[in-house]
Amino acid sequence: MTALLSIRGLWKRFPGVIANADVSFDIQPGEIHALLGENGAGKSTLVKMIYGVMRPDEGEMLWQGRPYAPHAPGEARDTGVGLVFQHFSLFEALTVGENVALGLPAEQAGRDLPDRIRKVSAEYGLPLDPDRQVGELSVGERQRVEIVRCLLQSPRLLIMDEPTSVLTPQEVETLFLTLRKLRDEGVAILYISHKLEEIRALCTAATVLRGGKVVGACDPRQETARGLAEMMIGRELAAPGAPAGTGGETRLELDDLTVISEAQFGVSLRSISLELKAGEVLGIAGVAGNGQDELTAALSGETRVAPGMIRLEGQPIGHLGPTRRRRLGLNVAPEERLGHAAAPEMSLTDNTFVSARTRLKLSLKGLLKLGAARGYARRIVEDFDVRTPGVGAAAGSLSGGNLQKYVIGREMLQRPEVLVISQPTWGVDAGAAQAIRQAIRDLAQEGCAVLVISQDLDELMEISNRFAVIAGGRLSAPRPAGETSIEEIGLLMGGGAHAAA
Amino acid sequence: MDLSALNPVAIAVSLIVAATPLVFAAIGELVVEKSGVLNLGVEGMMIVGAIAGFAGANVTGSTTFGVLCALLAGAALSGVFAFMTQVLMSNQVATGLALTLFGLGLAAMLGQPYSGIPAPDFPRVWLPVLSDLPVVGRLLFSHDWLVYVSLLLAGTTAWVLTRTRAGLVLRAVGENHDAAHAIGYKVVLIRTGAILFGGACAGVGGAYLSLVASPLWVEGMTAGRGWIALAIVVFASWKPWRAVLGAYIFGGVTIAQLNLQALGVAIESQYLSMTPYLVTIVVLVIISADKRRARMNAPACLGRPFFAAG
Repeated sequence: MTALLSIRGLWKRFPGVIANADVSFDIQPGEIHALLGENGAGKSTLVKMIYGVMRPDEGEMLWQGRPYAPHAPGEARDTGVGLVFQHFSLFEALTVGENVALGLPAEQAGRDLPDRIRKVSAEYGLPLDPDRQVGELSVGERQRVEIVRCLLQSPRLLIMDEPTSVLTPQEVETLFLTLRKLRDEGVAILYISHKLEEIRALCTAATVLRGGKVVGACDPRQETARGLAEMMIGRELAAPGAPAGTGGETRLELDDLTVISEAQFGVSLRSISLELKAGEVLGIAGVAGNGQDELTAALSGETRVAPGMIRLEGQPIGHLGPTRRRRLGLNVAPEERLGHAAAPEMSLTDNTFVSARTRLKLSLKGLLKLGAARGYARRIVEDFDVRTPGVGAAAGSLSGGNLQKYVIGREMLQRPEVLVISQPTWGVDAGAAQAIRQAIRDLAQEGCAVLVISQDLDELMEISNRFAVIAGGRLSAPRPAGETSIEEIGLLMGGGAHAAA
Repeated sequence: MDLSALNPVAIAVSLIVAATPLVFAAIGELVVEKSGVLNLGVEGMMIVGAIAGFAGANVTGSTTFGVLCALLAGAALSGVFAFMTQVLMSNQVATGLALTLFGLGLAAMLGQPYSGIPAPDFPRVWLPVLSDLPVVGRLLFSHDWLVYVSLLLAGTTAWVLTRTRAGLVLRAVGENHDAAHAIGYKVVLIRTGAILFGGACAGVGGAYLSLVASPLWVEGMTAGRGWIALAIVVFASWKPWRAVLGAYIFGGVTIAQLNLQALGVAIESQYLSMTPYLVTIVVLVIISADKRRARMNAPACLGRPFFAAG
């Protein structure tokens, strides 16, 4: 059988990095082929070359045995390659129909397009209304727009880049049904994900990349998730420790926290009440865009609320700004590492001032204590194994995982009473994620109250003692993590917070 | 006060003359901004268009050739802006401001030999029967041809932006340039095209001032109209017909205050002179008071530089 797409010895070099080194593998028609690898393993570069966004330096690709070297995405699409982007390439102010039209050649985007969108979306179980504005859609619905846009061009190869990282478990099930239906119709799917259980459930072949090289190929159905992970990172994973105990005194109290969002596409928080105790990790799950950003901002003090809505050890702090809250012991590590948690152009030393200035007294009467700051930055780098040439390096030059370790370390080493972390391991490779989760557990063990907001359910199940779901700006009642099934959480994430709580 | 000295038809005609340069400049800038680029150099492009149009018409005696010169001069100046911001990735705000200063200086220099000479007559449309109708004939059927072109331009722009694929791509580039690039649209090329179009429109708007409205070359004759055009675009929520409305309000108040000054109303002339600017902005602020909808229309990538990654 001729492979649909055959990749032969592809090389791609960037200044200082080899992104792909002699990568070769075949994708057969009607196969769901997993592409596995840590962040920075070269998956995205490879996808960009297949989709014609980049050209390889060396090597060739064969499409059904014939040379294939796309110069532009349009050429790749004409050949029969469709790509569903990891970060959606959608236009929020335009309608579903307009968004789809933009991804199609002009002759396919005629007046009958809305009808064709309805037909294809119904056929594959992806209901969509072509007239709705994308900005109003949920993340799952947005992904449907991307998929339908690809399907309308009848692709032979569909590339899915991390498609489930933003979906509820139910949405993932629906997506898998669609993908299996496509596979049965003979479409090949290149499936990129770091969720190993999903790959084992869905894929029939896998290629593992590490440091730009192919380090293994296997049938994921025959492997354990642990085995796949070790193949991916090239060493053995430490077993996760047991979650910390509970039963300390109440540290943080949210009482009917309500914030009406004025931003476009923002989510209003609606009477959120919560008690966070010393020594526990409370996980907040939810699909992106359900109020997580607004909740983080209300907790950090970037959004001010009525004093009594937030209490820290009994003291009302809702009206205080971030600096005064930090002084009292409430620290927040926001989701956005660059630009929010750290200033990209400034050094790691300078970035300690972002949050540690008051609590660690890094300035005296308006003068900066650079020596103390440098010492603190060094401690973070050592304690949290941040890989960097030195504390003088710009924050923006660190990889995502290393910068995340730095940001979380900077907050943790201030010994806060309460630590709020949003998306602790988003876009972080498996090894660093493991280290960050361990640090969270250790901190709770030492008596800190930790609130983790994440979209990664497996992660929350692993590290939290109690567990709540945020949907549409409402928070479900927290319950012990061990007593909640993934299905129940999925229902809550879909918006049934009140029915189930 | 002798109100009988006022002729309503004459006032309406002069209103249109005052508004038309703004229609050109605002529609041009609207297209530029819809593509996600903020060009603050409208004033500079207008004044360069004014002198180029005036010089072209005076040298050849043909006003049509003058308008063509203005169009090319405006586009050429905006080409400098496009090269700096799209290729060299300079800051759009700073470059636009520099363009205005450069344009004012350049026009003053080029205009030295032309001050004090009259422009050739600008031909008016004359339609048999229709143009001879009382009132209606003068109001609708006997303007110079650029007035009709300006309205046609606004209508065509509105239609292209909302009804055609080209308009959709332009809006998409202004909305999310990274996504547009990922799908395979040439962001820099599309934006450069929009910038050149905007420059050409501003140039024609400038020529209208020096060939029809005044018709003379005076240094600094645009008198801030480029800035008003920029304000009109924002407060018109990037909608072409609202931009036309804004331009006509400005024209209307300009003429009204001139007439009041002529009637000798006891208000300092400085206050009267500032009313067109104030009223235009106030009215458009009221129209765009619904912030949610105004934001909805604003191109999300406006003024943000685009770096093609990979």
